[in-house]
Amino acid sequence: MLELTLKQQSPIPLEAEFRCQRGELLALVGPSGSGKSTILKTIAGLIRGPRGSVRVDGEVWLDTETGVELPAHRRNVGFVFQSYALFPHMSVLQNVMAACDEPDAAVREARARKWIDAVRMKGLEEARPARLSGGQQQRAALARALVREPKLLLLDEPFSAVDQITRERLYEELAELRRRLSIPVVFVTHSLSEAQMLADRMVVLHHGRTLQSGTPEEIFSRPCSAEIARLVAHKNLAWATVIAHTERHTEIDWNGLRLLAALRPDLAVGTRIAWLIPALDVRMVDEKLDSYSGRENVHVAQVDAMVPLGGQATVRLRMPNGECLSATAMAHTLRKRAIEVGRTVDVSLLSASIHLMPERSAED
Amino acid sequence: MEWDALRLSLLLALATSVLLLPLGAAAARALAWSSFRGKWLLEATLALPLVLPPTVLGYYLLVAMGSASPLGAFYERAFGHTLAFSFEGLVVASIIFNIPFALIPMQRAFESIPLEVHQAASTCGISPLKAFFRIELPLAWPGVVSGMIMTAAHTVGEFGVVLMVGGSIPGETKTIAISIYDRVQAFDMQAAGMMSGMLLALSLLALGFTMRLGQRALR
Repeated sequence: MLELTLKQQSPIPLEAEFRCQRGELLALVGPSGSGKSTILKTIAGLIRGPRGSVRVDGEVWLDTETGVELPAHRRNVGFVFQSYALFPHMSVLQNVMAACDEPDAAVREARARKWIDAVRMKGLEEARPARLSGGQQQRAALARALVREPKLLLLDEPFSAVDQITRERLYEELAELRRRLSIPVVFVTHSLSEAQMLADRMVVLHHGRTLQSGTPEEIFSRPCSAEIARLVAHKNLAWATVIAHTERHTEIDWNGLRLLAALRPDLAVGTRIAWLIPALDVRMVDEKLDSYSGRENVHVAQVDAMVPLGGQATVRLRMPNGECLSATAMAHTLRKRAIEVGRTVDVSLLSASIHLMPERSAED
Repeated sequence: MEWDALRLSLLLALATSVLLLPLGAAAARALAWSSFRGKWLLEATLALPLVLPPTVLGYYLLVAMGSASPLGAFYERAFGHTLAFSFEGLVVASIIFNIPFALIPMQRAFESIPLEVHQAASTCGISPLKAFFRIELPLAWPGVVSGMIMTAAHTVGEFGVVLMVGGSIPGETKTIAISIYDRVQAFDMQAAGMMSGMLLALSLLALGFTMRLGQRALR
């Protein structure tokens, strides 16, 4: 298990704390300049400066309190760089063998070949990095990182330098590979969809601070603050005022529209709050086709725009208070119900899907 | 043609480049990946021989090596003769005035190794010393070789510093560049012309080889 606590004032401020279990794939997500790569390189010992501690399986790699700071080459870590950083004067086999500290050359070669096979690079053992495609270089870099049987695997923006098709194939390969690895895997990405698709858990970073950590599902549907909601690019993020708490609901006023949300007694009546609803939970209902049960917060909205994307479409709905919400629906459902730009439609917002957040740091 | 002078020049060039190779490569690597306060000042000091008139550099070296200086006095006590006006003195002077010719191409070569490749060596568990010989030196090799060639070629042709520090003692400090000057003063234009032609060819060869090495490294 990886346990990390880091603090730093400059050159970029850092205040990060998280853990990553064995076999877990953890994504560090944040915009560029949020300190993701700095954290990763500090774990590997490539950057010195931040105060705090890094422990892997109980072994102390860094502890500024007690003055322990293992040099990078003595931390048993596998690191895949954004640029892959293969040694350009060595073949794929030599690159992988270079990272294997086995004294017996024959064993070293056998182990290197095993990992080259595992990343589907058989036949390219003698190739120099310059001859390889981006995807092949990434696989070779992965084999090189894993051949030393590291206690921790770190991947720095591993998919940023390859084309879309290669990227999707690499996603599958990483998903498959990680099932065979029983070590913590931490990867850095600025792509939320990548994190959502691959990670077991994600840590959201902004200006070097860990804002929230949790499963992608938790972070996307229940962000702790409007700041996180904005970072995960939530489409339906808005501001409102708490007007009442009932037995089961908290009632809010969204620019003149009253909505029932899941009960949040911790938010006092009269306070300004941020709220959101996932686009998938904005339901366009039809009284002839849908049952009335389970409908909440039903309002008449006008369809402002429709953007088809594959089998789905994003619909922009103008609510009675003049504000807009985005809804995602299957394209064929929209066709069946003759939902078109300019028409009006009943919209239901399930109270359980309306997530309220304190406004503090919301409008900063 | 003064073969003795040519032999001396070549010997001096060899000694200088062989001694500067490890010193230059180690200093170049250290400078390439470090940043510290006053680095600019250190780099400027090391590059001084590029712009300083050779006679000025020669003057300071002569003063530093003379028996009045602590270094000169120490050397004289230890070896029984002064460091100035000796071959050993020439080697020391030659190393100092060649620092930028060796260091700059070597430093640029180490700097051109991507930082992530350098870091990848440590995350592969390779110790800094092993990384230097297995990863960095092979990648910086064209720059290191061109630094050595530039040093050797420059040493063969150096005049001002050699004359100041070594004088013109045949077989000891009279190099080919000084011989040419000597021959011209004696109106022996034929010998001067031969030796000049030889230095010209040697310099062209050294530069051509260095350029070619640079082109190959770019590929």
